[in-house]
This record gives sequence, C-alpha cells and structure tokens, in this order.
Amino acid sequence: MDYVVLLKQVPDLAEDLEIDSAGTGLDREWMSFVASEWDEYALEEALHLRDATGGTVTCLALGVQAGDVDELLATCLARGADRVVRVGSFEQSPDSHSAAGAFAAALDGIPHDLILTGVQAIDDLDGQVGPLLATRRDLPHVSVVTHIAVAADGKTATAHQEYAGGVVGEFELDLPAVLGVQTSREAPRYAPVSRVRQLMKTATIEKADGGGGGSGSGLTIEAMAVPESGATAEMITGNPVAIADRIAAILAERGIGAGAPR
Amino acid sequence: MSADVMVLVEHRDGAILDTTFELLGKAKSLAAESKGEAVAVLLGSGVAGLAGSLGAAARVIVIDDPAFEAFSPSAYQAALVPVVRDREPTLVLVANSGAGMDVAAGLSAALELPLAAYATEVTMDGGSPRVTCQLYAGKIQATVRFERGRGIATVVAGSFPAEAGAGAGSPMVEAVAATASDGRVRFKRLHRPEAGDVDITRESVLVSVGRGIGDQDNLELIEALAKALGGAVSSSRPIADAGWLPRTRQVGKSGLKVKPKVYLALGISGAPEHLEGMRGAELIIAVNSDARAPIFSVAHYGAVADLLDVVPALTARLGG
Amino acid sequence: MLDRDVTREIFEGISTEGEILFYALTGVATLVFFVGIGIRLRKYARGRPQGVIGSPLGFARRAARSSVDTAFNRTVAKRDLYAGVFHSMIMWGFIVLFIGTAILTLEADIVRPLAPQFSFYWGAFYLVYSLVLDVLGMAMLVGIAAMAVRRARRPRQLDYSRVDIAPATTDRGGFRTGDWIFLGWLAVLGVTGLVLEGARILAHDFPWFEVFSPVGWVLAGVFEAVGMNTAVAEAVRSSTWWGHAFIALAFVAYFPFSKAIHALADPVNLALRSPLAGQRLPVLATTGAMPADGHIGIRDLADMPWKALLDLDSCTKCGRCHVACPAVASGAPLSPRDLILDLRQEADAAWSILAPLAERRSDHPYGGAATRGDGGLPADPGGGAGPNGGSRVAGGLISADTLWSCTTCLACVEACPVGIEHVPTIVGMRRSLVDQGIVAPSLQTAFTSLAKQGNSFGQSGRARARWTDNLPTPIVDARKEDVDWLWFVGDFASFDVRVQEATRLVARIFQAAGMDFGILYEGERSAGNDVRRAGEEGLFEVLVEHNVGQLEKARFRRIVTTDPHTLNTLKFEYPDFGGEYEVWHYSQVLAALLASGDLEARAPIGRRVTYHDPCYLARYSKVTAAPREVLAAIGAELVEMPRNGANTFCCGAGGGRIWMDDSGLTERPSEQRIREAMTLPGVTDFVTACPKDLTMYTAAVKATGHEDRLLVSDLIELVATAVGLPLESAVLREAQPEMELAAADGQPG
Repeated sequence: MDYVVLLKQVPDLAEDLEIDSAGTGLDREWMSFVASEWDEYALEEALHLRDATGGTVTCLALGVQAGDVDELLATCLARGADRVVRVGSFEQSPDSHSAAGAFAAALDGIPHDLILTGVQAIDDLDGQVGPLLATRRDLPHVSVVTHIAVAADGKTATAHQEYAGGVVGEFELDLPAVLGVQTSREAPRYAPVSRVRQLMKTATIEKADGGGGGSGSGLTIEAMAVPESGATAEMITGNPVAIADRIAAILAERGIGAGAPR
Repeated sequence: MSADVMVLVEHRDGAILDTTFELLGKAKSLAAESKGEAVAVLLGSGVAGLAGSLGAAARVIVIDDPAFEAFSPSAYQAALVPVVRDREPTLVLVANSGAGMDVAAGLSAALELPLAAYATEVTMDGGSPRVTCQLYAGKIQATVRFERGRGIATVVAGSFPAEAGAGAGSPMVEAVAATASDGRVRFKRLHRPEAGDVDITRESVLVSVGRGIGDQDNLELIEALAKALGGAVSSSRPIADAGWLPRTRQVGKSGLKVKPKVYLALGISGAPEHLEGMRGAELIIAVNSDARAPIFSVAHYGAVADLLDVVPALTARLGG
Repeated sequence: MLDRDVTREIFEGISTEGEILFYALTGVATLVFFVGIGIRLRKYARGRPQGVIGSPLGFARRAARSSVDTAFNRTVAKRDLYAGVFHSMIMWGFIVLFIGTAILTLEADIVRPLAPQFSFYWGAFYLVYSLVLDVLGMAMLVGIAAMAVRRARRPRQLDYSRVDIAPATTDRGGFRTGDWIFLGWLAVLGVTGLVLEGARILAHDFPWFEVFSPVGWVLAGVFEAVGMNTAVAEAVRSSTWWGHAFIALAFVAYFPFSKAIHALADPVNLALRSPLAGQRLPVLATTGAMPADGHIGIRDLADMPWKALLDLDSCTKCGRCHVACPAVASGAPLSPRDLILDLRQEADAAWSILAPLAERRSDHPYGGAATRGDGGLPADPGGGAGPNGGSRVAGGLISADTLWSCTTCLACVEACPVGIEHVPTIVGMRRSLVDQGIVAPSLQTAFTSLAKQGNSFGQSGRARARWTDNLPTPIVDARKEDVDWLWFVGDFASFDVRVQEATRLVARIFQAAGMDFGILYEGERSAGNDVRRAGEEGLFEVLVEHNVGQLEKARFRRIVTTDPHTLNTLKFEYPDFGGEYEVWHYSQVLAALLASGDLEARAPIGRRVTYHDPCYLARYSKVTAAPREVLAAIGAELVEMPRNGANTFCCGAGGGRIWMDDSGLTERPSEQRIREAMTLPGVTDFVTACPKDLTMYTAAVKATGHEDRLLVSDLIELVATAVGLPLESAVLREAQPEMELAAADGQPG
C-alpha cells in the first residue's frame, strides 16, 4: 500500500498577526511557521495505517521558501515516514487551488493508493486542498473523516464523515482515493529534536516538479483586517471566591440559581 | 451567466437544517440586489415534499433519486456540476459543514469556479458578490471578490439569521434528472450518537467544560455545579473525543448548536468550531486561566482564573 | 609480668586435621567471596563507559573525602543521629573484629612459621588487642540491637510498600527476610565470639590478664554462676569455636550475594560520586553519527553507564530517598528507592547474578523478555533478552508514568548516604522516552513552543521583553551596550503575569542601587535547564547554541538571574558547550548591595516570615545563606520551615513537571508545603526566591484556602518595601499599609 500525505506549514498563531502596508495580506517580517495541525493528524493516521497494512508513507510538501519546508519533511521522517518529496518552488505558500495543481502534477510520478491530507488549514481562503486535488485527478474523495480503515485486499477503504450533532456517515471508497482527515486515532507522535536535526543533515529529500503553475484561486483580496472584537467580555477580577460571588450575582439577576427549579 | 444566487439545501431525517434557512434568507436579499432569483437546489430521495418549506427561494430545483437517499460527496458533486454549469449563477452558497466543504471544493475544481471559504458575510456590489471570510482561527478577516464576478462561498454556520429564510411560500419547483455518479464512493450507514439522557439543545442553562478541566475525575465538580444551577453539562470537542462525555453533549461544528439562556464556558479556549455552536446564547460567562483565550471575545462576562478553584466556590455559593 | 604467658593459644584444642579442615573451608569461602566480587565487577563492565575520575588530584581529594566521610559515617548521621551513632558502632565493630582476625592470620600463618622471632601476639600487645576487640565487639552488638529495635518498630523509611504497582502484584518479603538475616548473622557472629571467649576464660580458670577482655570476663563469671565447670566450659568453647568459624566463613562467602556488599561498594561509590551530581548532566553527541545501536539515552539495561550500575549495588534500602521524595509524598507512581531496586534486580536477573531473597513481581518478572515501549505485552513472546542481556527499562520495566513523575529536585541524591545518583539515571531514561516518542501531549506542546519561540508559554519570542513596558527607566540593551551585569531573565520571570510584577521590581531595585546591568531582550531564549531534565537533549542543545551565540556577542562581566534553574545550567552545563560564565543568584547580589550600603533598608519589615529554599538554589547551587542575609538586613523575623536549607521540600514544578498534567496526584507538593508553613506560629509571609516557586505557591495558597493568612511573595517584594519602592501586586499593596505601619513603629516585631 502506498500512502501519500500532503503537508504544509502555516503561520504560527503565537505571533501577533499583522496586516501589511498594502492592506491585502499579512506582514511577513516576523512570521514564523508551524506544521498545519490537521496535516499532522493525516500523517499520524498514515503511519498507523501503514503499520497495520504494510507499505510505505511518502510525504509531499510544497517547496515554499518562507518557513522551513526541509524541517517539516525531516520531522515527517523522524516520525516514521519512508520518503519525503519537495514539490516545486514557491516564494510564499500558494493558495489551495495552486497547491492542488502542483500536487496533482507531482503525483504523476509517485505511486499512490491512498492520499491523506488535513481536512483544512487555517489559511485556506479558497477552499481545502483535499477535494480540490481529488477532483483534479479524478479520484474519489471524502473529507472531515475519522476512523479510517483499509480493506484487506487493498482495494477499498472505509472512513467516517462527521456531521453536526455527532452524527457520522460511514463511507466505502474505491482506491486510489483522497481523504481529508479531521483527527487521528492517537495524538501525533513526538518527533525528537535530535532526530530531526540529524535527519536534516543526512536525509534525502527528493524533488518533484510542481507543474507549470495553475490557474490560481480566482479570488481578488480587497482587504485584510484584524476583526474588531466588538463587545469584549466584562472581566471579573479577584480571588476565586470573589469571582464565584460575582457570577452567582449575575445569574441571580436573571433568576437563575436562586434555588428555584427549572 | 445569470444573476441568480443558488443555495445547496441540507437536510436530514426529513427536516431541513437551520443552516439552509440561514443561507436562503441571505440568498433572497442578495438576489434582490443582483436582480436575480434565489434558487434552492434540493437533492434527496422522496424529498419533493420538502420544497414547500423553502419559501424564501423563488425556485427550487429538485433532484429526486434513490442515489441521494443519504448524502454522499461524489453523488452530490456529480449531480451539481451540470446544474451549476448550465445555470451559471452569480453565487453558489454552501454551508461550511462536513458535507458542504467536500462538495463545494469539488465543485470549484470541476467547474474551475473560484471558492471563498469560511464566509461570515456576503454582500452584492454592482451585481457581483463580495465575501468576508474569517481565517487564522478567526484572527484575520479577509474581504474578497471573484475575479470573473462569479463564484462559490462556504458559509460558517450562524452567520445569518435563520428566520429570514424560514417560512412557507410557493417557489417554482423544477424537477431535474440526476446525473449518476461513478459509484466509487458508497454510503454505508449513518451512525448516530447513542441517545443521551439529556438534549442539550433544549436546556436553558448549560455548564460547558473544555480541556481546562484537566482530569476526568474533576467532572464531578461540574456535575455538582450544573445540578445546583438546574442545568446540564455540555462540552467542547476534546472532552467528547476523550470519551469523558457522550457526543450528545458536544457543542460546536461537529456537535450541537445550542442557544441557552446561560452558557458557562469553563476551561474552553474558544476555537471557531466551538463558537459556531454557542455564540447565540443569551448570556455567556467564560472562566479560563489564559487571559488571551478567544472565548473572551464572545463572552459577556469573563474571569481569568482556574476553573477548579472557581467551580467549587460557585457551587457552594449556590447552596449546592 | 607481661611475658609470653600473657596470650591465648590460637587454634587451641584443634587437631591438625581440624586445622587443615579450617584452612580448607577458609579457602573455599575466600574463593566464593572473590568469585562473587568478580561477578559484580563484570556486571559493572557491561555498562557504558563513563568518565568519573576526572583530574587525578581532584579524584584523590574526593577519595580522601570519601574515606573521612565513611570513617565518621557523616552521610549516615546526616539528619539522623541515631542511625549515625549506631551504624558507626556496627561498622567499626565489624572492621576492628575483621582486622583482629587478619592480625591473627598474620601471626599464625606468616610470622610464626616463617619468622617466629617477630611473633607479637602476647604481652602488652595482647592486652590492648583484647580490650579493643572486646569493646568494639560489644559496641557492634549494641549497635545491632539498636538497629533491630528501630527496624521492629517499622518506621516509614523502612516500609517497603511500593507506590507504583498494586500490592498484590509484588512480594517483598524477601527484602525483610534478607535484612533480618543480615542483622541476625552479625549478631550471632558477635555473640558466639563473646560466648567462646567467656567459655575459654572459665575453662582456663580466669587468668588474671583476661580481665582485659571485660565482656568475656563477665560472661565467664555468669557461666560459673549458673554452674558451668571447667570441663563443660571447654566443651562449650570448642564447639562454639567451630560454630563461630563456620558462621564467620559462611558470612564471607555470603558477603557478595547479600546486603553485606554495601560495605565495599558504598565507600567506593562515595569516592566516585561526581561533585556535580545532577548539576551537570552528561552531554549526548546528537550531532554527527548516531550511536551504533541507535539508542539515545538509557533505553535498555546495557545502555546504563557503569557508575550507575555500581549505584544500584550500593543501595541498602535505607529509604531516605523515598521519604524525601515529593513524588512519593504527592501520590505519584515514583519512588527513587524502588527505581534503583527495580533496576538492580533486573540487572541481576538478566545477567544471571545470584541475588537471593529478591522481590517477586507477577506483572513484570525480572529479567523477562523485552517488552514494548508502553510496557505492554512483549511484542514477540518467545524472544529473550537482547544481545547484551536485559530488557527495555525506559518505558518497559520502569514505566513512563514513573519516569515522568520526577521533579529532579535532587532530594534523593542529597539524602542518599551512599552516593547514589538517581537523577542522572532518570534523565537518561527520559532521553530514551523522548527518543521513543513517549511524550505526553502537554509536554509536546511545551517542547514545540520552546523550539519555535524559545519559551514554553506559547507566546511569540518577540514578546519576551514586554514585561519592561511601562518601566519608569528603560533597561539597557546588553546586545548593544557593554554592561557589568548581564541579567538573564528567564521564561517565567518574563511571561508569567504574577512573576512579572516581581521581575519589574528587580529591575527598579537594581536601578535604584546604581547597578550597571542590561538584558538581552528578545535575544534571550529559555536557558533550557528543564528541557534537558525532561529528556529533550536535542532541543536543549538548540537553545544552548542560540543563547551562547547571543552571550558571545554581548559584552558583560558576569551574569545574574532570579531563576535558580537558569542559574544551574548556565553555571554548570553551559561550559560543556563553550560558554563559561560567572553566575550569581539575585539574592546574592541583593545581599551584597545591602551589605555595602548601595541599597538601604530604610523601613525594616517587622514581620514574621518563613523562607522556602528553592530546590535548585539550596541543593544544586548550594546557596542558602544569601537570602537569609537579605531577610536579616531588611529586618524580617525569619522562622525556619521545618524542612529547610538542603533539606527543603520541592514545589513540584521542576524537571518539566510544570508542563505536565498533575491531576493524578493525591495532593500537590506545593500544597503540602503550604500546610507545613501553616504549622509555624505567627508567620504571616511565605517568601520565595524562584519564579516557579512564586507561581506554584501563589496557586497553592489559594487551593488550600489559606490566602488570607499567608502572604506568598518574592524576596524582592519584601526588599522593595523595605527600601521604599511601591509594589505592583494588588494583594501585596493591600498588605503594604500594614507593613509600613509596622515599620513606622521603628522596631521589628
């Protein structure tokens, strides 16, 4: 079974995000990057599936200059991936449509039975890479999935798609297919810094062509802004007992907790 | 290209979901501005009767076929592609739900139609849509337009009032034949969470707990508080994922949407997916040890403290 | 008078055959002894190499120190005079009796046959010899009796129950049996020797000079009083002689396979103990080639350094580490004693070393097959131990929960009378856990934040110096200007909201005192002490490289910090990475400033305070005087905590524990410590000198409901009040009028 995981880095939300001078993008000067959380779940799932069925896990990431793609890929290897490939070359992280196009081109040369990627990312302005890529390559896809399993014959996979209210739809897909992973069965395993550093020095990161560039997102960004928080909370201070008293008073004003049953 | 605004209808167990009404209400007002129609697209099996409740729409396109007995991304995608391609609406509105995300992105790629995701506001400006999207866990807002004046938008639940789209009416109903999908994605069954003892959507007081609770044993403190308040315990996603509370208690995008009189958010950081489920509550009081938790931006009252200190004190204060 | 008659016959009444038998048995016993010692030495040889000698001069000094410590039982007597006195008596009694036997051997087997003219076992020599041996022999018996009484009363220290596994899964009866056998054997040896002597004296009808064997003399009198005649006495003597001989020789043979080995292992272990035990952890060569077997840290038994294996054998199960440990006290599944004993028994079982009366565990039989990292069922049940023998210890024999429970407070190492270094072994295993990916999510989050942003708070590294906003006078940027003092602020002092109040006061006090100091602003990252102790050595190296680079570019004479963890690593570990610095704790600087008059305590604090010694300050850096000098100088009345100085009790935050979930504990160490403080009459203030302590105790005093009676504050806040600077903390400001009122009275108290 050839598992392929698509990953990217996104801005680290620990930093304050600032808008650039043009007002249409983020100020990149102090931005630092971390792996997209859902992509890490996708990788963790791929590793578990590989351990169950056998096969290989190949990680693909776009060759974005901003951030550190090599560290991302070395981390994948440290977690247990078998192969890592850097796709194309981009100055900054491209939009999801372009990303899907680049991955689609690269997949020509990479065997894939099941492609896993995070269901979303925090910068997916123009949609999610999973379904975009799947449609480009005419592959069946289901997103927002958990509980992934691959059939013994390796021809189909099952997954649960999450809806509101805790309702879940179970689907069977013919492979090869694309799944957008919502969460992994276990928390993503830790990649020790020493192994990552060592792999960054010694590991082979393959390169793949990202195609001739895609159509882009088709969106024009008019403005980006930090949303006004509107009415922020009125903060209650003091020690826990004082806080509790104040909350009880607020509730009592609304007739709650005065001892009366509902 | 038409000036219509199309809405993908979501339904389950014979009822239209609230998010669809939110979109319909918005579509109706947008269509009025663009001088087009609000068109609802309803896929299902034996659902023609539902068309009547889509009164806010001027027209309902019904694709009734056993293949749509249950939602399936590939079936919906296959059916919708020709509809959108032929009608060329200015805007297609899809809910940012589990189902909607899949279909919208698939449509975008198949039709090479741009997609604006996580929309919280849509306006019409000179006949073409302007969409406001929330990114970076709600920290940044981007206002975008479609390069060629048409596109798809996935809308965050709760962005628009559902009342605007509800209400009976007599839209023009148009039956359209389904385009079969290739069957490579097959729906097997629906898993419902085990019926809980409590329906949190009907409770007027919810004491909701998140990761800040620490250990499962601490839940009894929360139960005691809920009892003292005459309310019920609900939770954010991590608690349900860990199995400490049943899924039926989960509030948020993958859980339930609640609008209680009082929502006590304890140890909940306030990720957008959770806020989606509870921001409509009348009174939100948040307790979190992190002063920068996003929950404080939607709460009416907040306290930066350890919930394990405040909760027993509050329970005692209430005589519990 | 003191002629050749003043003596006793060696081998009296023993035939030539008897002598030959005796020597044969001696030969066998000695052989078994040396084989046993040899097996142990071979066990240590299986361990990884470890440089413990260091410089020859330094080693000679440590060896000399160890000899003195052993001779005076200093480490045994520390905080337990009873044990110190009575163990000395047993030890010296045994040593002297042993030397006495050696002297006899010299006389009987070497001098008499080969050079009879030098025979010395008679006359004055004999009298002195007899007296000394009798007194010391009696002392040994008294000591044994005292220890037996203590043991019989089952003190907590000697309660062997485990804290990490269910009682039903283990049987430690063998421990208790072995302990009593050891004591009993020595007692029987001593008693038979004295009985033998008494019988001999009676059989010879009380030769006058035998009064120099007072115990024997008295015993002889007792025997006579109960009607024993000389013939019976002779029979008693000769049978007891053989009994004593057998028991003694059997003891020699039993020695290396029993608790007795501590007599040889412990002085050696003390001599080899690193003077920087725990303070400086070994460097891992993580750059370059991976170790041949790919093991980082201590994953299997064979990864243990040989000194650690010696540590295991040195343990006498005294239980001092167990009762000092905050993990044990708070209900965590870690006991340093049991960790050591588990490893020892595992090594013995895996490497087929005879060690009778061991513990019997049903959940993890010692020496079993390699287990999965999570301690679950063996991945391959038929498989035996690895090529070097011994199964997985990190995450296997020693569970991950156990290893993650350690706060690295060093109480165990400090309390241990025999020089065991528990903490480096625990950290070595944590390194393996990290390498195996067995890291709790909250700890992963902390590591990721530290890696990305250089702090564990999940905040941008650029926000590190935001605590300086609104300071009346800006702090010099040490990256741009030369300074005398480089103040290494640290994570908690920079980012924790409560601690920031104290940090700002430190800045203003330093400025008021006219100190020439600066900080690195955003150039600073966490010094990495706790990252290293949490086992993430790779991340530690990243942080060190960065900080050393920043420090190299700055120009300063010495470093000051408020954080004892930072102090430890900068001072003792950074030199291994090219950064040699003179590092002070801010309490030392304050003490100097107050002593020199650069700071003047115009308004002495007339309050009864208690001071909590931070673990990393008192045990690691051994700074206990300076904070007390500061308190004295500002007029505070200090009431010592019951456990103070090097015996201080941990707040529970160290070793990365502050980044881990503590909800499983029965009672947090910090809350226990507050309750300990509440036993002090009239004390109103709990003073800390470490940012993490301030955080932990502020929370603990609230959690225990004592925040109205005990004010938790940092040393600097008391100094600021005494010096006349207004405080930030609302809580302290409320208390300030009281403080000023007390000061206005003029005299403290």
